[in-house]
Amino acid sequence: MKPKYTIAVTGLNNTDNPGPGVPVIRALREAKEFDVRIIGLAYENLEPGIYMENTADKVYQIPYPSTGSDELMQRIEYINSKEDIDVLIPNFDAELFTFMMSERKLKEMGIQTFLPTIKQFEERHKSELPEYGKKYGLDIPFSKAITNLSDINNIQYEFEYPVLVKGKFYDAYLAYNPAQVTEFFNKISVKWGVPVIIQQFIRGTEVNVVALGDGKGNTIGVVPMRKQYITDKGKAWGGITLGDENLIKITKNLIEKTKWRGGMELEIIKTHTDKYYIIEINPRIPAWVYLAVGAGQNIPEALVKLALGEKPEAFKSYDIGKMFIRYSYDLIGDISQFEKLSLTGEL
Amino acid sequence: MKLKKNIAVSETGFLFDPNSGESFSLNETGKKILQFLKEEKPEDQISEWFVKNYEVDQATFENNFNDFITVLQNFRITE
Repeated sequence: MKPKYTIAVTGLNNTDNPGPGVPVIRALREAKEFDVRIIGLAYENLEPGIYMENTADKVYQIPYPSTGSDELMQRIEYINSKEDIDVLIPNFDAELFTFMMSERKLKEMGIQTFLPTIKQFEERHKSELPEYGKKYGLDIPFSKAITNLSDINNIQYEFEYPVLVKGKFYDAYLAYNPAQVTEFFNKISVKWGVPVIIQQFIRGTEVNVVALGDGKGNTIGVVPMRKQYITDKGKAWGGITLGDENLIKITKNLIEKTKWRGGMELEIIKTHTDKYYIIEINPRIPAWVYLAVGAGQNIPEALVKLALGEKPEAFKSYDIGKMFIRYSYDLIGDISQFEKLSLTGEL
Repeated sequence: MKLKKNIAVSETGFLFDPNSGESFSLNETGKKILQFLKEEKPEDQISEWFVKNYEVDQATFENNFNDFITVLQNFRITE
C-alpha cells in the first residue's frame, strides 16, 4: 500500500501569468509512489486553483510574506494543527526567502521543505548574476543593478543598445535608448522596487530548463524546452521538449558546482553561433513543469521524496518532442464558495 | 552534405529538429531529398535519380537542389 502524504502548495494563480501550484499539484496526484492530500495555500481569493476540481482538497488563505513572517508562520501553524502537513512546496519567488528563513521553524512543526539554501538563493539574484558567472564559470550577459534614475547616465557607456530592463523578481522590457530605460525603470521600480537590472541584450533563441538538484551536486531531473508560443507577458503558452545535450550539460555542471538544492528553472539564450548565455536562474519549479512530467520526469514527486529524506534515483531520460499547449477555461463557481473563503479564510 | 544525426522526418514529410524544437513541412521532392541525405547518397546520384524520375533536366535540378541545401543550412538542419 502506498503512503499518503499531506502536501501544502502555494501558487494557485493559474492565470495568464501562472504560478506553478496547479501543475505541481497535478504532478503530485500522478505520483507513482505515494498518494496525496493537497492543501492549497492562497494569497488572493480569486486564484483559479482554489476553485478547480481535483486540485486542492482544502484551501486556506495565507497572509502575504510582506505583512511579516511571524504572521505567516502563525497562520501555517494554525493550518498545520488542522491538517498535519508533511511537506510544503512554496512556488513564488517573492515568498521563498520567508520560507527559507523559517525552514527550522517549519521542521519543528513537522513540515518538511526542500528549498535552496539562503546562500544559493542570494547569489543567483539577477543583480548578482555576472559575479555568479565568474565564480562558477558560466556565460552570463553583462549586467548592472541600478537604484535610481541618475545611474542610467552613469552606466550608459558600458552598454550598447538595445538593453533589457528587468525587475528583481518579474518583468523585463527591451529598451532602445535612455528615454525608454527611464520609462521602464519607473514602471518596474513602482511595482517591484529597486534594484532594477540593466542587462546586455543577447540575440538568439530563448530556451528553458527545469531541473532538480539533491543538494549534494547531483541532478535528479532535467528537461529542456523551447517556448513555441509566448504571451504578451513573455510567458509560455506552448512549448516543446528539446534534445539539446549542451543544455543538459550546462545544467548538470551548474548543479554540481553550486550543489543546488531544490527545483530550479534556467532561462538561457542560445546564440546563432551556438553559445549559451544564462539570463536568469529561478530558484523554484516553473509553471511549465507538467511538460517534464508528460515527458517522463515527475520532478515534483522526486522533490517530495527529497524533502522526506529519501534518495530518489536520478531520471535517466525524457521524451523529446513532447509539447504542451495552455488553454483558458471558464470555471463556474457559486458566490457561497467565495463568501466562505472571504469570511473564514478556508474552503 | 550531411544531415544532423538526430533530425527526424516522418512519412508525411514533417521534419523535427530536436535541438532547436523547430519543425517544417516538406513536399514530396523535399522529403525524397531528405531521405537521400539521410542515406548519405552522393549528390550526383541524387541528381541522376531526379532527372530519371521527374520531368527536369540536370542543370535545373541542380540549381533547385543547391537552393534547397542553402535553406537547410540556414535552418541549421545540416552539419
